[in-house]
Amino acid sequence: MSPTTHARSDHAIGTLAVKSFLALTAKTLFIALVLAFFAIPVLWLVFAPFDKHPRLSVKLPEFTLDNFAALFSNPNALASLGNSVVLALGTMVLVLVFGSLASYSLSRVKIPGREILLYALLLLSSIITGTAAMVPTFLLMVKLQLIDSELGVILVMGAGIMPTVIFILKDFMDSTPKSYEESARIYGAKPLRILWDVVIPLARPGLATIAVWAIVQVWGNFLVPYILLRSPGKSPAAVVMYTFYTEGGQPNLALISAFSLVFSLPVVAMYFFVNRRYGFRFHGGIKS
Amino acid sequence: MASITTTHLVKEYPGGVRGVDDLSVQINDGEFFALLGPSGCGKTTLLRTIAGLEKATGGTISIGDREVTDLEPGRRHVAMVFQDYALFPHMSVEENIAYPLKIQRVSKLDRLAKAAEVAGALALGALLKRRPGQLSGGQQQRVALGRAVASNPEVFLFDEPLSNLDARLRLDARTFLKRLQQELGVTTVFVTHDQAEALALADRIAIMRSGQIQQIGTPREVFHRPANIFVASFIGSVPMNLVPARVEGERVLVEGSHVPLPESSAGLALDGQDVTWGARPEYLSLHLAAQPDAIPGTVTVLENLGAAVLISLEVGSQMLQVIVDEGCEPVPGTRVWVTIDPRRTLLFDAEGSRIDSGVAVAPLAEAVPAL
Repeated sequence: MSPTTHARSDHAIGTLAVKSFLALTAKTLFIALVLAFFAIPVLWLVFAPFDKHPRLSVKLPEFTLDNFAALFSNPNALASLGNSVVLALGTMVLVLVFGSLASYSLSRVKIPGREILLYALLLLSSIITGTAAMVPTFLLMVKLQLIDSELGVILVMGAGIMPTVIFILKDFMDSTPKSYEESARIYGAKPLRILWDVVIPLARPGLATIAVWAIVQVWGNFLVPYILLRSPGKSPAAVVMYTFYTEGGQPNLALISAFSLVFSLPVVAMYFFVNRRYGFRFHGGIKS
Repeated sequence: MASITTTHLVKEYPGGVRGVDDLSVQINDGEFFALLGPSGCGKTTLLRTIAGLEKATGGTISIGDREVTDLEPGRRHVAMVFQDYALFPHMSVEENIAYPLKIQRVSKLDRLAKAAEVAGALALGALLKRRPGQLSGGQQQRVALGRAVASNPEVFLFDEPLSNLDARLRLDARTFLKRLQQELGVTTVFVTHDQAEALALADRIAIMRSGQIQQIGTPREVFHRPANIFVASFIGSVPMNLVPARVEGERVLVEGSHVPLPESSAGLALDGQDVTWGARPEYLSLHLAAQPDAIPGTVTVLENLGAAVLISLEVGSQMLQVIVDEGCEPVPGTRVWVTIDPRRTLLFDAEGSRIDSGVAVAPLAEAVPAL
């Protein structure tokens, strides 16, 4: 090999190394930017509640617990968390009971156009809890005399998320082997009994996922309770937060940040609990 | 305990496919009855229709003196063991076995006592608290049996319960199953595609094809006197030799050689009729010198069966298979002569049905050979 080729190949290797270094740097930078974009709100949520003078920027706090003291002395704050729990649990129970029944039937009974029906429902479901349908929904609730009633909110929220619930649960129901049910049928079990004894226990991971998901949907929803509930005493946390203003008409960041942290903790805790117990799964499958 | 009777039973699927086609069968009280056939022959459909998991399109089913055609499965007093056992994975062995009793609203104490008793009899006593996922295939199969036994049924329905076990375990499970059935004396319908399993277990076998029964008989009957070519070729670990032939007076012309007319066909086979000549490889005798009434051939392939050797012979344009004891096999290429007792041969007509006088031929003392 001549020295020229040597030099040239060294040069080539050098260029390659520089290129790959640059590519790596660019990639790292990009990932860092994306991470920062998502991390900054979380950092704000962690730091601001403990800051004497919270602002809409991330900075190391001048540590204080006064914000929480103020929050807990606010008459609406804690009560609203209770209201949120009622609405979220109510909706969860509603969608679990009716979602299980509906998805089991849809999984077992063949009707023409079943898949299309499911997809259509799924696509249209976001309308119910969305802004566009709020006027008709409001009028409907007035007719049903369900304005300013927790039941009204639970029904509307339940209707809105039910298609997704059915869609996900049906997959779990589908993956329960037919022979399990037939076996139970041979010994005299009726459909509801089979659902309770055999299908529900096997679909537990799916039900747990759905339960958490339903709670989170209601917990974070502002529009539906804001429109359907009139008395401040019934408002859930998401609506009450909207009322935290200083006398000057500025958002009371001290209260809002502290409340945001308290507001998000139950959801995070629930996620960890369910994930540990069942693992989050959006598809069926039996581990026997 | 009860007999099972179906009359003109039809199960038609949407699209007109008949899984069960106009079947009338009588299964006797306490009998071990096997439904045998290739996959898609309708044997599982028949079983599921008896269970009530499929609704009959026509005809009736009776269990004992009750007509059950329109009854729910749970009210037919049957127990079924599925091919995949269908054990509930979230319940322990104990809960699985006691489940039928739970449905029957037996008190918890009583049903757990019954489960323990059944489990003890099935050698599952130490495993009561385990989940099905922690058991071996054979143990799972016994739990499924235990659940069926605990429900105290009039009829057992088994859908290929042994086919998920490995070969060695299957033999043990087979013996176990036969003993259990003998002890309990419960009428049992057993679906299988394995002819050896059916021959070994059943009191009587129904061989099915395309939703229809080809023959019903004891293992010995279907082995020695198959009703048609389909049954003849389906039964037996090595299929029967079936060779095109022609009747010539009191003789049959098989590939240029004359052999005696089978006794069962005496007086029925017409002179000059084209037939299929059938002979089981187990009953053919091999000779190294010319014999009267022998078919000459050339040894082409030897297959070792353990204690015996399967020899394939070229006879004219046809192949004949012969089983001989180990150590007696000639080398490939050897010229040999094959003879057979005319009581051991069968003739089938052009439609495939056995040509038979119906008169019982001198009984053949030998049992079905080991399969």
